Amino acid sequence: MAQVTLRKIVKEYEGGVQAVKGIDLDIADHEFVVLVGPSGCGKSTTLRMIAGLEEISGGDIMIGGAVVNDVPPRDRDIAMVFQNYALYPHMSVFDNMAFGLMLRKFPKDEIKRRVDNAARILDIVPLLERKPKALSGGQRQRVAMGRAIVRDPKVFLFDEPLSNLDAKLRVQMRTEIKKVHQTVRTTTIYVTHDQVEAMTLADRVVVMNHGIIEQVGPPQELYHNPATRFVAGFIGSPAMNFLPARVENDRVHLHGDAWLPIPEARRARYASAAGRDLLFGIRPEHLTDQRLGLPNRADILITPEVIEPMGMETLVHFHLGEARDCCARIEPTVHAAPGEPILLTADMNNMHLLDAATGRVL
Amino acid sequence: MPDSMTAAVSAPRGPESGAGGGLRRLARRRSTIAFLMTLPLICVIVGLVAYPAVYAVYLSTLNRRMDEFAGLLQFEILVDNETFWLVVWQSCLFAISAVLAKALIGFWLAHMLHHIPTKGQRKWRGMLLIPWVIPPALSTLGWWWMYDPTYSSLNWILAIFAVPAVPWLGEPWWARISVILVNVWYGAPFFMIMYLAALKSVPEQLYEAAAIDGATSWQRLRHITLPMMQNIISITVLFSLIVTFANYDIVRVLTNGGPRDLTHVFATYAFQVGILSGNIPRGAAVSLFMLPALAVFAYFILRGVNRRNREMA
Amino acid sequence: MNLAANIHGSLRAERRWALIIAYVSLCAAVVIFLLPPVYMLITSLKTNAEMSNLQGNPWLVRSPTLEHYGTILGNPLFLTFFWNSIKVTVLTVIVTMVISVLAAFALARMRFWGSQALATGVFLTYLVPDTLLFIPLYQIVGGLGLLNSTWGLVLVYPTLTVPFCTWIMIGYFASIPKELDEAALIDGATWSQMLLKIFIPVALPGIIAATIFAFTVSWAAFVYPTAFITTPDQMPLTIGVVSTLVRGDTFAWGQIMAGALLAALPPVVVYAFLMDYYIAGLTAGATKG
Repeated sequence: MAQVTLRKIVKEYEGGVQAVKGIDLDIADHEFVVLVGPSGCGKSTTLRMIAGLEEISGGDIMIGGAVVNDVPPRDRDIAMVFQNYALYPHMSVFDNMAFGLMLRKFPKDEIKRRVDNAARILDIVPLLERKPKALSGGQRQRVAMGRAIVRDPKVFLFDEPLSNLDAKLRVQMRTEIKKVHQTVRTTTIYVTHDQVEAMTLADRVVVMNHGIIEQVGPPQELYHNPATRFVAGFIGSPAMNFLPARVENDRVHLHGDAWLPIPEARRARYASAAGRDLLFGIRPEHLTDQRLGLPNRADILITPEVIEPMGMETLVHFHLGEARDCCARIEPTVHAAPGEPILLTADMNNMHLLDAATGRVL
Repeated sequence: MPDSMTAAVSAPRGPESGAGGGLRRLARRRSTIAFLMTLPLICVIVGLVAYPAVYAVYLSTLNRRMDEFAGLLQFEILVDNETFWLVVWQSCLFAISAVLAKALIGFWLAHMLHHIPTKGQRKWRGMLLIPWVIPPALSTLGWWWMYDPTYSSLNWILAIFAVPAVPWLGEPWWARISVILVNVWYGAPFFMIMYLAALKSVPEQLYEAAAIDGATSWQRLRHITLPMMQNIISITVLFSLIVTFANYDIVRVLTNGGPRDLTHVFATYAFQVGILSGNIPRGAAVSLFMLPALAVFAYFILRGVNRRNREMA
Repeated sequence: MNLAANIHGSLRAERRWALIIAYVSLCAAVVIFLLPPVYMLITSLKTNAEMSNLQGNPWLVRSPTLEHYGTILGNPLFLTFFWNSIKVTVLTVIVTMVISVLAAFALARMRFWGSQALATGVFLTYLVPDTLLFIPLYQIVGGLGLLNSTWGLVLVYPTLTVPFCTWIMIGYFASIPKELDEAALIDGATWSQMLLKIFIPVALPGIIAATIFAFTVSWAAFVYPTAFITTPDQMPLTIGVVSTLVRGDTFAWGQIMAGALLAALPPVVVYAFLMDYYIAGLTAGATKG
């Protein structure tokens, strides 16, 4: 077990394209850290640099306190789970899991003990003699994890391990991965583009974009206190609404001509922003039908364009001023129809104000 | 490993100066290993293909006794030689007509094979590929026997349809046709297999979409099958042109150039002149005459293959 | 309703006709394609007397006999040809596969300076026909004192097999997902372990296909042995059967055909049992390259 430290890590490809632009990250022992971001944000490259599959162009990577920049993957004491499982097609499940131990010349009975143990944790004991071809996607995923577990490495690396599974299996395997981590407690770095996976799995989430880290923090903090517009928009689904706004007299003035009072507790924080071009950020779940009795609420009249009943809730899509494709979540019992104006309530305790120019959350 | 670790810790570096000296060293070592692994291949290519090709050029510039540089003498003699021009003409006729016939027959059979139910295809394909499997020098012996003037079993079959006996190998034109016939028989299965593989790679949905768009089967062939197979067709045809143009076995066994040196192709003529008559420089010159045509074919094949790679990437 | 039934009917009729045409074409092709080998077999089963009899149907055997097979198998020269063919072919296949698997692995997975050019070079050498090279090779092999020796053939046969085998092995290796080597790298495999324990087993179908190709090509090779071998005891089957059995004047046809059929047997047997690999190898050049 070990902590992992990244110091000013840079990845530059031939032709000067920088995929990773000098990131710093400290990962504690036993921690489960998820790197999340859109495709091309550098998260996979970062993971592959930690694995040693990708040369680093600058900075230092430390695993367990030792710099491993120059250490080949096999000597880094890491294990990796790949998106397409990368199981050896000609080997049985047992041999797949035993391969790494065999190459490291472990004694036979120790290999068997470890593989059996991992198979029990992952519930794949009956599959040990099968070939990967005879397994379902979820089973292959388990075997790939088993291959990592038997090695008992310092660090687990997961590269989008669930993206090849169907939606239902993905949720199930997500729980499985969390359970495994709670059992083996190995430091884990997990890459995904799916923010739900990131939120549910991580002790800490690292949001990346364009080769830099936008924000690092526990899931709840990213959700409630995003630092930038990117994080605010990336975490949460449906995404946060951003409405062009100004602050005047302790009220938010939306361009669609709505005036929303700022809660007393936040007035001092936003005072300096008066008169600047801002964005008013509010999540769909904080923009609901008016019958909820909230303190610090503000009403907005909108005209729904599309109604999406989801069962437990109903999504209402509308536009407000220049802000297109806004979304609100209302109770399924509330009547809403396209074209019929409806009064929504913003929960101002959960509002955000962003600098329109820099994208920083105030 | 510990050495490189301390070095890595102590050396401050910017993004440009490059970390991972060890990994880079590893990469360099990898290049060395890779080079060593390809060394036998390079030896084969350089020692047994490139060097002999250059050596052939050198040989062709010698005089007959190979003790003096003779410049382009051998080529000049050939250009003035009537038999040689017959060889050129015969080789072109042979290659072009045989490849054309093979391509058409192969395409037709591949199409027919593609249309019958899948479970029967294996059996038919298995039987149809037999001519390609038998070493051509040996199957040509069978053809030779079938062409035999006295005992010709082919003439016996023709007689059933009241066709007069054909002097298969006795008369120059018939001899040429006989040679082409054997080559077509031998090579058509190859075309069939290549085209069948190509046909199978065309997604079924394209045909379904075209059928719904109202395309007749001819239009489907014209607008979907042929464009999708264009590359494979041209690669196969060009490749077969090279092989057929340079063919040796069939002519050697069937006619050995006869009657009266009228059916020689480049390869058999070069063999006759260079090995049998012992005029190595002249023989080298004869085979070098193939080079321009082969180079042109090879250029187009390479272009086709590269284009195909790009499409598949 | 009526209209629909009509269209349905004509569609079915059209399909039936297409199927009939397909089967007729295929039957005709099979008959023509199998005619020569079948006639070879018929001839090999006839007595000399029956063969010289010009009356009656040459396509029928009235009194089948195995005497020609007996004679040819009792001929020590023929057995020598067979042994030479086996020796040259086995050695060539081994040499070819070692060279091409090593080179293909390096070219497919270890990018290095000039690897792209080398891959193109491999393909180009594949396009150089043997009939262009046999005269300079005759001089070279002669210079090494290997004329009239099966070793000379083992030396030059790789020019026929290595380029294509390397080419299709590159294709097979390249189709193995990159993650598999990365997993092996993390599992602690060295390059040689990766090749032996991952790449060769996973690309086994390709290796079989390439081996079959190398086998059939060296078995059927004709130009080189014709040029380099003139003493019968060093001849492989192809040139042996063609040059020493064929004397033309006597009725050796039964023996010639029996010899040719026996000589053709090994590739045909390989084909019969490994048809799918055979065809995969044949088409790999175009579909994978």
